[in-house]
Amino acid sequence: MSDWPLWEVFVRAKGGLSHRHVGSVHAPDREMALNHARDTYTRRLEGVSLWVVKSSDIVASDPDQSGPTFEPAADKVYRHPTFYEIPDEVKHI
Amino acid sequence: MPSLPTISEKDEARAAASDAGAPEGSFDAPTASAHDEATIAYVTSLGDDALILGQRLSEWCGHAPALEVDLSLANMGLDLIGQATNWLGLAARHDERYANADALAFHRDVLDFRNCLLVEQPNGDFAQTMARQLLFSTWQHLLLERLAGASDEAIAGIAAKSVKEVAYHRELSHDWVVRLGDGTEESKRRMAAGLDWCWRFIPELFEVTEELEALVQRGIAVDPRSFEEEYRAALAATLEEATLDAPAEQRPILGGRRGHHSEHLGHLLAVMQYLPRTYPEAKW
Amino acid sequence: MYTTELDKQKQPPEGANVTAIDGAEDPALVEAFEARVAADEFIEPKDWMPEAYRKTLVRQISQHAHSEIVGMLPEGNWITRAPSLRRKAILLAKVQDEGGHGLYLYCAAETLGTSREEMIEALHSGKAKYSTIFNYPTLTWADIAAIGWLVDGAAIMNQVPLQRASYGPYARAMVRVCKEESFHQRQGYEAMLVLANGTPEQKRMAQDAINRWWWPSLMMFGPPDDQSPNTERSMRWRIKRETNDELRQKFVDITVPQAEFAGLTVPDPDLSWNEAKGGYDFGEIDWEEFYAVVRGEGPVAKERMKARRDAWEDGAWVREAADAHEAKKAARKVA
Repeated sequence: MSDWPLWEVFVRAKGGLSHRHVGSVHAPDREMALNHARDTYTRRLEGVSLWVVKSSDIVASDPDQSGPTFEPAADKVYRHPTFYEIPDEVKHI
Repeated sequence: MPSLPTISEKDEARAAASDAGAPEGSFDAPTASAHDEATIAYVTSLGDDALILGQRLSEWCGHAPALEVDLSLANMGLDLIGQATNWLGLAARHDERYANADALAFHRDVLDFRNCLLVEQPNGDFAQTMARQLLFSTWQHLLLERLAGASDEAIAGIAAKSVKEVAYHRELSHDWVVRLGDGTEESKRRMAAGLDWCWRFIPELFEVTEELEALVQRGIAVDPRSFEEEYRAALAATLEEATLDAPAEQRPILGGRRGHHSEHLGHLLAVMQYLPRTYPEAKW
Repeated sequence: MYTTELDKQKQPPEGANVTAIDGAEDPALVEAFEARVAADEFIEPKDWMPEAYRKTLVRQISQHAHSEIVGMLPEGNWITRAPSLRRKAILLAKVQDEGGHGLYLYCAAETLGTSREEMIEALHSGKAKYSTIFNYPTLTWADIAAIGWLVDGAAIMNQVPLQRASYGPYARAMVRVCKEESFHQRQGYEAMLVLANGTPEQKRMAQDAINRWWWPSLMMFGPPDDQSPNTERSMRWRIKRETNDELRQKFVDITVPQAEFAGLTVPDPDLSWNEAKGGYDFGEIDWEEFYAVVRGEGPVAKERMKARRDAWEDGAWVREAADAHEAKKAARKVA
C-alpha cells in the first residue's frame, strides 16, 4: 500500500508577484500534482498561477556549509549603494 | 412523508388573478418567459442534477483513496451544491409554492425531483464515481457553454458562472478515467465496470420532450442533441486514451426528468431531508 | 484541530532513552541548537537538530495531523443530513479544510524524514495517537454546532501560539491552518445560537450537546501540568508555548460567558467565578475517562479507526493504478 511521491507547490498570488512556496502535495504525476495543488492550496482565491516541482528534483544548499556558501558575501560591502559617499547637494543619484 | 400539495383550482385562480393584476411594462416586472411552468421545470431539473450529484459526492468526504482526492471530491461537491442553490433559488422565485431553494430541496418527494438518473446512481467504488462524473460533467459542460448564451438573463448568468467550475470537473474526471483505465489490471476491470454501470443512462441526457422542444424554440433551453455528436466524440477520445473499449450499447433507461427515478433516489432523499421533515417548524 | 501531545501511558517510557540519545550527541552542536531556539530563530529541515527534538516533533505534528483526519469523521457523519443548503456547504467546506490541515501537517512532518505512509500506518496500527475528542459520537445536528463552537474553540487556543513554533515548516503550516480555521468556531457558535433560540426540540438538542461535549472539550488540553512531564522541555524548544492548565483556564473563561449568552447551562455544578484570580473555578476532570480514551477505549474509537483503515485499504488500488499509469507513460517515452 503505497503513497504517491511528494511535490512542492508554488503559487503566484497575483499578477506581478513571484511564485512563492506554499507547501506540498502527494501526486502520481505532473498533471495530477497540478490538480491536487489547485484543490489544496487555491481554495480561497489564493492564486492566479501554480507551479509544481517534484520534491526530489529540488537541489538545496547544505546548511552545514552555510559558512562557505553565504559568508563570503558579507564583506562585499561595495555591492551596496550605501557604500558610496555622494555629497548631499548632488541629486537623483 | 407527505407528498407535495397539488395545485388546487383556487391556487390556479389566484395565480391567474395575480398575473392579470401585474401592470404591463412595470419596472422590474418578471418576463413572461421566466414565469411559466415549463421554464421553472427546466431550471428545477438543472438544479436537481447539481443537488443530487453534490449530495452523492459529499458522501465521500473523509473516505477517499487519498487525502488529496478527498479535497478534490469535496471541491466538486461544493461547486455543485452552490449551483443547486442558484438554480433552485431561481426556480423558487418564480414558483409561489416554494419560499426558497431549501423548500425545493428538502420539501419535495421523489415524484417531483427532475434530475437525470445518472446523478442519483450510488458512488460505488472510486471508478464508478469517476465514470458517473465523466459522463455527467462532459454533458453538463457542453450544455452550460451553450446555455450561457440563452435568451433569459438569469439562466444565462448562472450558466456562465457554473461553466468554469464544470470545465474543471470534466478535466479531473477525464484525468482519472485515463489513469484508472490504463493503470493496473484491477483498475482497468473496475473502470470498465463503472462505465458499464452508468452507460445506460446516457440516452436520457439527450432526451427531448415536447416541453423541452418548446423551450428550445423560445431560446430559453438548449437542445442537447445539438452537442450529442461532440459528447460522443469526447467520450470516445477519453476511452481511447484510457485504453478502454466503450461498453456495449444498452437499452436506455429513462424517466428521471418526469419524476420516475431509480430506487436509489428515495434513500438519498430520506437521508438528505430527514431534519427539515422531522422538524418542519424549525429554522436552522 | 490540535491535540495536545499524548502518550500511551501516564509516564512516557522514553525518558531514559532520550537522555542516552542526547548524551551521544556533540555537546557543542546541542548547545548551538539550544542557543538558536532560545534566540527565537527558526530551525529548518536540513539544520542540525537533536534526535529528541526531531522525534518529539514528528510525534506532535503527526498526532496533530491524525487528529485532523480522524476529526473529519464525526462531522462528516452529518454532511449528508445538514438541514439546509447553506449549512451543507458550510459543513462540507469545513470538513474539507480539516482534510487540508491534515495534509499540510503531514507534509510538515515529512520534512523531518518520516514519510506520510509511515505516519498513517502508525495511526492504523494504534501506535500513534490522535485527539481523544473524536472518539465521541455525533448524535444530533446540535453536535455539529457544539464541535464547531467548543472543539474548534479549544483547538484555536492551542494552535494560535504554535504559529511561532521553532520548527519552520510547522510554524508555516500553522499560519495557514489558523487563517483557514477562523470561520470554524464562528459557524459553530452561530449554529448553536439558532438552536438555542429555536423550537423546544432544538433547545433540547443544544443543551444535550453541551452536556456531552463540555468535559471532553476540557480534556483536549491534555493532562494537568503536574502530570505532563515533557511540558518544560517542549516549552524551552518552543514547540509548546503555553501549559495545558493555562490554556484550559483561558478556554473556560472565554467560553462560559458564550454559553450564558446562548442561554445554555454548562454541565458543571462546581463552576463559579473567582474574583480573586479573575477567572472561573471549575470542577474536577475525570482523568480516568481521559486515559481510557487515550488507550483507545473511547465510545466510537473502533468505528473511527475502521473508517480510516477502510478508506486507506479500499483506496490502495487507486493509488497503485495511478503509479502504474505513470510508470507506463515513462516507459513509452523511453521506448
